[in-house]
Amino acid sequence: MSSEAVKAPRRHYLNESYSARSWLLTTDHKRIGILYLLSITFFFIIGGLAATIVRLELMTPEGDLVQAETYNKLFTLHGVAMVFLFLVPSIPAVLGNFLIPLMVGARDMAFPKLNLASWYVFSIAGLFVLYVTFAGGVDTGWTFYAPYSSTYSNTHVMATGLGVFVAGFSSIMTAINIIVTVHKMRAPGLTWHRMPLFVWSLYATSLIIILGTPVLAITILLIAAERAFQVGIFDPRLGGDPVLFQHLFWFYSHPAVYIMILPGMGVVSEIISCFSRKRPFGYTFIAYSSLAIAVFGFLVWGHHMFVSGQSVYAGLVFSLLSFSVAIPSAVKVFNWTATLYKGSISFETPMLYALGFIGLFTLGGLTGMYVATLAVDVHVHDTYFVIAHFHYIMVGGMVMAYLGGIHYWWPKMTGRMYPEGWARFSAILIFVGFNLTFFPQYILGYLGMPRRYHVYPEEFQVLNVMSSAGASILAIGYFFPLTYLLWSLKYGKEAPSNPWKATGLEWQTGSPPPAHNFHGQPVVKHEAYDYEALVPQEEPQPEREEVKVG
Amino acid sequence: MSQAQPSVASLIVTYVLLLVLLVATVAVAQIELGVLAMPVALAIACTKALLIIVYFMHLKDSISLVWLTAAIGFVWLVHMIAGTFGDYLTRGWSLFS
Amino acid sequence: MASTESAVAFQFDDLEQQQQSAELGMWVFLATEVLFFGGLFLVYAIYHFMYPDTFHEASKHTNVVLGTVNTVVLMTSGLLMALAVHAAHDGKRNQLIWMLIGTTVLGLVFLGIKGIEYYDKYHHHLLPLFGWPFEWEGHSPGAATIFFSLYVVMTGLHAIHMIIGIGILLVLLVGAYRGGLLRERSTPVHIFGLYWHFVDIVWVFLFPLLYLIG
Repeated sequence: MSSEAVKAPRRHYLNESYSARSWLLTTDHKRIGILYLLSITFFFIIGGLAATIVRLELMTPEGDLVQAETYNKLFTLHGVAMVFLFLVPSIPAVLGNFLIPLMVGARDMAFPKLNLASWYVFSIAGLFVLYVTFAGGVDTGWTFYAPYSSTYSNTHVMATGLGVFVAGFSSIMTAINIIVTVHKMRAPGLTWHRMPLFVWSLYATSLIIILGTPVLAITILLIAAERAFQVGIFDPRLGGDPVLFQHLFWFYSHPAVYIMILPGMGVVSEIISCFSRKRPFGYTFIAYSSLAIAVFGFLVWGHHMFVSGQSVYAGLVFSLLSFSVAIPSAVKVFNWTATLYKGSISFETPMLYALGFIGLFTLGGLTGMYVATLAVDVHVHDTYFVIAHFHYIMVGGMVMAYLGGIHYWWPKMTGRMYPEGWARFSAILIFVGFNLTFFPQYILGYLGMPRRYHVYPEEFQVLNVMSSAGASILAIGYFFPLTYLLWSLKYGKEAPSNPWKATGLEWQTGSPPPAHNFHGQPVVKHEAYDYEALVPQEEPQPEREEVKVG
Repeated sequence: MSQAQPSVASLIVTYVLLLVLLVATVAVAQIELGVLAMPVALAIACTKALLIIVYFMHLKDSISLVWLTAAIGFVWLVHMIAGTFGDYLTRGWSLFS
Repeated sequence: MASTESAVAFQFDDLEQQQQSAELGMWVFLATEVLFFGGLFLVYAIYHFMYPDTFHEASKHTNVVLGTVNTVVLMTSGLLMALAVHAAHDGKRNQLIWMLIGTTVLGLVFLGIKGIEYYDKYHHHLLPLFGWPFEWEGHSPGAATIFFSLYVVMTGLHAIHMIIGIGILLVLLVGAYRGGLLRERSTPVHIFGLYWHFVDIVWVFLFPLLYLIG
């Protein structure tokens, strides 16, 4: 029954040692990726629980489930947890850490100890935010605008800010590691234009993290200084300008949305290519569009401030620039579609998620054009239209890309296959639940329902109930992968080195890989995504790995 | 050691130049320059910063990637300041003039 | 005394790759610091633009003499740090130790002078912290409060970076005393030097903007 002809089990990074110490003091990038997987899943659940209570409250027009102050704390927790403790680290710290050294043919990241430190910093920061939640939480919204956050709020602004500040450091540490690894540790023959698109997108993401996160850090520090020391930097009573806070905040937080989506785009490029059995159309365009998104993303922050009192002229310029930032994203969507065209398409679970991403990201991105239009935004700012827009991108896009990536690389990370039937079912359930949750919110927003209110006029109830119903389906949909992925660790079919017959160095080593990734130094002799070259050969790649075991 | 470094002499010369520029900054600040005061002060500060970067931080011996990294950080800061000023400078403008 | 294990970590192929990676990594981190302090410079720039007269008036209340002395102190510490890096490269243990000690002492002198300045401001009721009395004779006490708030936050953040630097210097001193950190193992000294010089550069900009615009 078992195909294991070898007497001793193959040694790899997971079974090398099972002790707690070997996990908690590891510097192996693969183990650190798994540690991050555990942490961010935990915080995803926290953010999801907050959203659950929010959606339950919104089933009725009255505020009958929670008080207004509690509701404010709940949507703040949802935003803080999902943005800072889930979306920002998700793909870079989990898949990026695991895959980048493998994809570039290195033995580990450039700074393994820094990598481990980043996980501890992240986890401690996240747990601290959780503790602050139990101690009473914060009610400013994840955007903690001054002067409410700096002067008037009675909740734990500084403590939460401190947690986010520290989490930002972990982000920066990961980005430093990625940038230096990609520049300095590529295998011989791996030129920039032979790198997987996933690496390009994570490199671009890291650039954004380096240039943007520190500005958030200083903004948090200024709010904390204003609260702790009572200095008055944004205080209108002294002549300070709260809009200046918004400039500082959004200078990071707009690029932050590209930190969140770019890695997902990288995953989609890999998956679309593999399951079309084709080199990505316009590889160079997709690669450079990642860099373009990183740069353009820093040019548009004022589009969050159209109605704040910013100068109209600045608003016009930001609006125009915001149209342009859609272009590199559109380039990717067109190229993915062209990759599918005349490809040999199969619908494994990762492909279902990737296709879902393309559709939902496009919808979300198109509505981004609406809100980028200054005149339209005057009407829809701070309504559910905006909420629907960014959830289409972040949940319909990013979370689906993340799940697609987890499924795609699950065999590599764990040595097991997940159950394909359950996985496909879950992907479709998630897709349906997602659309039912968030499409009504476009309509609600356009009709005028404001965001961050726990009560609303009665005529909005039907759409709200639809949205909450969708949310319950979505929640069930997320529950399934949590279960069957865990199940597969023990009962899943054992995975070969290259179950998807994909290109890329990570598939040229065992599933799971050995501790130092490769036996010997990989040398790259082909262009990336050389699917045409793979087809005629029926090379028994899984067995190659077993032969190497002594 | 494979890495080149600046000689002790160049380090001391840099130090002396920095002190000279410091005297210049303080001296110039005593003169009433009006609108030019800020640009001049910033220009001297930038020169000092460049001296420190090129010699004390031996950027002149580093690979071009490091030059690029140093430059990008600074360029991004200028962009952030310029973009924000774009709001404040135009707030007083009327829409149809 | 010196460790016998390889100076090159397992993930690197050779010493050059390791050194270049460390240097690149530190410069990338310094880029984050540029944007970190940069946010404060942005706030300063905007409020200076909005309240130029008050900012000029308020700047007259800073102590130019102490500020200039501190600038000399920092630049000298920069020279000593650069000489420390030089000594580490050349394998000169004693010179390395003395240069590190010199840098540390000057760093402490800087902080001491800063402390005197802060106390002086407190004494003159010009520190808008914790609701302490703030006395301002001229127009726009609000704008003056903002100036001194920025003064405290900017120099305070700079001082925190100095304190962290001094902490690392002490760690390096221990390593240097034990005979490590020389020649091919001198990378930590080298990259700490980059950090120290950067903190120096921040002061190079802070000084004229806060002390010399009056």
